[in-house]
Amino acid sequence: MENTLLTTVGDKLKAKFGDAIISAEQHYDFPVYVIRRDAIYAVLQFLKEDEELAFTFLTTMCGLHYPDNKGQELGVMYQLHNLPKNLRIRLKTFFPVSDPTLPTITTLFPTANWMERQEFDFYGIIFKGHPNLKRILNMDEMTYHPMRKEYPLEDGTREDKDDKMFGR
Amino acid sequence: MSKEEDKKVNLDADAPPGIEGPGFFATRIDKVVGMARANSLWPLPFATSCCGIEFMATMASTYDLGRFGAERLSFSPRQADLLMVMGTISKKMGPVLRQVYEQMAEPKWVLSMGACASSGGVFDTYSVLQGIDRIIPVDVYIPGCPPRPEQVLDGIMQIQKLVESESIRRRDTPEYKALLAKYNIE
Repeated sequence: MENTLLTTVGDKLKAKFGDAIISAEQHYDFPVYVIRRDAIYAVLQFLKEDEELAFTFLTTMCGLHYPDNKGQELGVMYQLHNLPKNLRIRLKTFFPVSDPTLPTITTLFPTANWMERQEFDFYGIIFKGHPNLKRILNMDEMTYHPMRKEYPLEDGTREDKDDKMFGR
Repeated sequence: MSKEEDKKVNLDADAPPGIEGPGFFATRIDKVVGMARANSLWPLPFATSCCGIEFMATMASTYDLGRFGAERLSFSPRQADLLMVMGTISKKMGPVLRQVYEQMAEPKWVLSMGACASSGGVFDTYSVLQGIDRIIPVDVYIPGCPPRPEQVLDGIMQIQKLVESESIRRRDTPEYKALLAKYNIE
């Protein structure tokens, strides 16, 4: 039963956005699609507003940073959920670190407001059209984006740790 | 009691020296004030993490902190004299903690409970303040993750001994003023 519904999702997406889907795979019981950046808003809107698909619940979104994928380092992952039919779907979109912008989806899903602020805070992803894009968890005076894989994990101001004892 | 312990905090203090008679006991005023302050500390539980839960256990009946006079907790710094910082303090929380400390009236003492408050604990990362003594002066540190209630009581007892034996106008002593100046307070 679930398999046919999921294949419906896949077919409808491919029919409408065939060229924007970069890849499709199946993880556990939900499909994962990698979408091109310029189509991501339209794809999310379609998934939400189509009566048959009805993925009206944004479970979560998170930022991604793969420094080895040159040209596609930063990314965002959206996880949507169809509550009546209990279906999940995951969408990812990637973009270069030199141009970290993405359209905001707060008009579709109000939950995304704080989630996008968190992604801005930690990855520096700028969401165009966001009503209040500022840091949410870190200090406002912080100048860098901590979750980018460019920095050592430990506090740079530490003075009291002896490197010999910590194997460095 | 060994000689070394006499130089540090004396954990077995007796009644202060004084003149006893039928119905009265006369002693020095600073001893009386010290005793009064020590046995009626009003703590401010600045509990942020797991150490706060351990403190709740300490306040509960098995380990009862109220026996030591610290029955009346206050969440208003204006009415508290012991700031107990229990839990991880992030760098974003630092200015808040400092403001709470500055709002407390003298005499005041600070107790840092747990590894996170004393030194950042396991969280050696960009967001955690590596010890509250980077922003406020601390009197007693209680190590542990979390410290057992018995250790918390031991820390409170050390604070009590400090309170009893300090001068009653500690705020006017030059060492204290130098200490506060080091933290850019007042």
